[in-house]
Amino acid sequence: MTPLAAHAAIRFGLGNRPEAQLPADPRAWLTGQISPLPEAPGPSLAEAFAAQRQRQRDPTSQAVSDLFRTEALAWSTRMITTTAPFAERWANFWTNHLTTSRRAGQATVMLGHYQRLAIRAHAFGRFEDMLLAAYRHPAMLFYLDQSGSIGPSSPAGQRARRGLNENLARECMELHTVTPAAGYSQEDVTTLARLLTGWSVGRGAPANEPEGFLFRARAHEPGDKILLGRTFPEGEEGGAEALRFLAGHPATHHALALKLARHFVADAPPAPAVARIEAALRDSGGDLAAAARAVVAAPEARAPLRKLRSGQDYAIAVLRALGLGDEGAPMLLGTLARLNQPLWTAPAPIGWSDEASEWAAPEQLMRRLDWASEIAGRTAAAGVIEPEPLGEVLLGPLARAETMAAARRAGSVREGLLLLLASPEAQRR
Amino acid sequence: MSPNLRRRSFLLGLGGALALGGSRMALAAGPPGEKRLVVVLLRGAMDGLSAVPAYGDPAFAALRGPLALPEPGQEGGVLDLGGRFGMHPSLARLHALYAANQALVLHAIAGPWRSRSHFEAQDLLESGATQRLPDGWLNRALSAMPPEPPGAARRGLAAGLDVPLLLRGPVRVGSFAARARNRPDTETLALLARWHAADPQLGPAFAEGLRARGFSAEALAGQAPPPRGVNGFLVLAESVGRLLADPRGPRVAAMELDGWDTHAAQAQRLGNTLRVLDEGLDALRAGLGPAWSQTAVLVMTEFGRTARINGTQGTDHGTAGAAFVLGGAVRGGRVLTDWPGLGPGRLFENRDLAATMDLRRVAKGLLADHLGLGAGALARAFPESGDAPPLPDLVDRSA
Repeated sequence: MTPLAAHAAIRFGLGNRPEAQLPADPRAWLTGQISPLPEAPGPSLAEAFAAQRQRQRDPTSQAVSDLFRTEALAWSTRMITTTAPFAERWANFWTNHLTTSRRAGQATVMLGHYQRLAIRAHAFGRFEDMLLAAYRHPAMLFYLDQSGSIGPSSPAGQRARRGLNENLARECMELHTVTPAAGYSQEDVTTLARLLTGWSVGRGAPANEPEGFLFRARAHEPGDKILLGRTFPEGEEGGAEALRFLAGHPATHHALALKLARHFVADAPPAPAVARIEAALRDSGGDLAAAARAVVAAPEARAPLRKLRSGQDYAIAVLRALGLGDEGAPMLLGTLARLNQPLWTAPAPIGWSDEASEWAAPEQLMRRLDWASEIAGRTAAAGVIEPEPLGEVLLGPLARAETMAAARRAGSVREGLLLLLASPEAQRR
Repeated sequence: MSPNLRRRSFLLGLGGALALGGSRMALAAGPPGEKRLVVVLLRGAMDGLSAVPAYGDPAFAALRGPLALPEPGQEGGVLDLGGRFGMHPSLARLHALYAANQALVLHAIAGPWRSRSHFEAQDLLESGATQRLPDGWLNRALSAMPPEPPGAARRGLAAGLDVPLLLRGPVRVGSFAARARNRPDTETLALLARWHAADPQLGPAFAEGLRARGFSAEALAGQAPPPRGVNGFLVLAESVGRLLADPRGPRVAAMELDGWDTHAAQAQRLGNTLRVLDEGLDALRAGLGPAWSQTAVLVMTEFGRTARINGTQGTDHGTAGAAFVLGGAVRGGRVLTDWPGLGPGRLFENRDLAATMDLRRVAKGLLADHLGLGAGALARAFPESGDAPPLPDLVDRSA
């Protein structure tokens, strides 16, 4: 493995696999992955709603947790075995950007569907299409309380004396699009909340409603609305237009470029890298494939690895290096929970942190060490792989000579494997 | 002891204990401060008007609608705090401490920021400044305290898997979450620790993790791992109490509890979270044992929530709210507030409880009167806070 190939596999991908034959041209290997991903199969929204209803009828029903587990195992298998690891990392980045979480119970059963169809399916499309798909997905509508937000002057609002919930509107402006750098006001947040009134979730066949997004005109706040100086019309299209406007705002392009550079280059990303990704977004009208090409081309991304792996990154990279298949999927899920990053369970709408200060915490590193120790024991007992080939797959030319020497002369295979898995360079990407 | 063994023991955080041979020697090296301070961060913005309802305010019931609980004495009613304010019935244990003059309530309180962003406001709450800083006020406060004696635990303790910004900074702090299993052998650990030490980001955290484990395992010997499915905050709080009670244990700890962002269906969700807090604070007290009499606990959140309920039986991000100070050293049984009122024209931006007290005053009051920090140290912990002088008389200084 050449240093550039190692960078491609570790910084941009999810870590190398033993059988992977990295091509001589790592850049071409990465850009070759920038095209729409083949659809990942899984349960439909109708099945998710049916599971939800079953549990409402019978509180002891396992339907919801079974369906969540099916989705989570499928995702885990994809992460461990994929041959397009840059494309999957890219999709995970956007899943985290537009976070939905098990912390909102109603969304749980739909989180896999959300990841596959609202995010992953749009990973190399236009950002506005991804944003709209996310905001029309019941997982997001439930997670950020949009489904029950009602225009106070709408017929439904007048009758039920209920009103706005500004949670989605606030996180839209603060986290998903323009960010506070755009200098918006509380009034703008409230206006966006009014624009989005009526964006709700159908209750399915029993209520003669769709299983998914439903625009409830009776809950929509009437009248034109002015957001950041722009007038948007009443109705479903007004909200969609406002979201497209925010998605294409220069402040959004800057915020997305900064976040991408922080993910792929360094916690404090160099300004030229941010500027080039920003320009790619601006010049392409928010095309995420163009942004991905700019990220891959960034010369700053050839500097030594400075990013610290998140718990998820670390666990996936280790299981890939061991060459596991779908039998590793349950272990990946358990490990994510142990490393304080359970799948699709971010504690807040801002998602998981992408900075070393969050992950270089004493207890976090101790848990990684515990897990590495356990894995080393299991792997040695099962005779899966010897230290030297593991070092070549996991770290390649990025392994320090001292690490490889210690792993080679370790008193047992188990200890040799542990020294590689728990080495400081294995924490970098 | 061979040099090698000594180095390994040191790396495991056991060096001091072995070298000193027990607590008698540690005491001979100079008695550590006996005062304990715990800061509990409620992440997500606790609704102060639900935790401490101002049922005596004439505008209260109309603003809160179905979220307004019955008045004291009625079924499901709030627990009275003296005629104007009540405490949510899920805070029964805290109310008992209030009645025993060991808990006080601060109301209409907020930090100096007016951000309604969770993330910005939490960073400011922990930074102790009007702009985001890379380190936290509690860590800067620790830097004014004498270093721990040899063999003792770090003065500061972060409870949980991560070190919150509040405790990040130049002073190393300990960290505690749960007991270790699958520990590699000492020699391998020593080698890994040496490798990590060369990495400026990973080195300090790795060494601290090993040290915390050596110490935590010792202090909690005989403790079974926490059973599954119980209130994790409660288990953690009890353990933190025991660590703080240890004569050579930490003296300052930070904990956090989330689940406060109640935009919808607030009545049930908040009741549960308040109960978790109430049980956790009580477990902390139990874990501290006699050391409770030398303890002050500050419970605070990043901002309050809207005075009016929203369209989904919840509340949105607001401004002022409530905070608690409790402990055996606290002069409790009081509600400290300059109540701004909830009537027409009284709400901040016509939506939030207005702030009439700066939260930094409470923190500074505890650092000054409880931990004995001087004016210079207070100014370093809370830069540019001259307009927020320490709030006096929070604790009994002779305790």
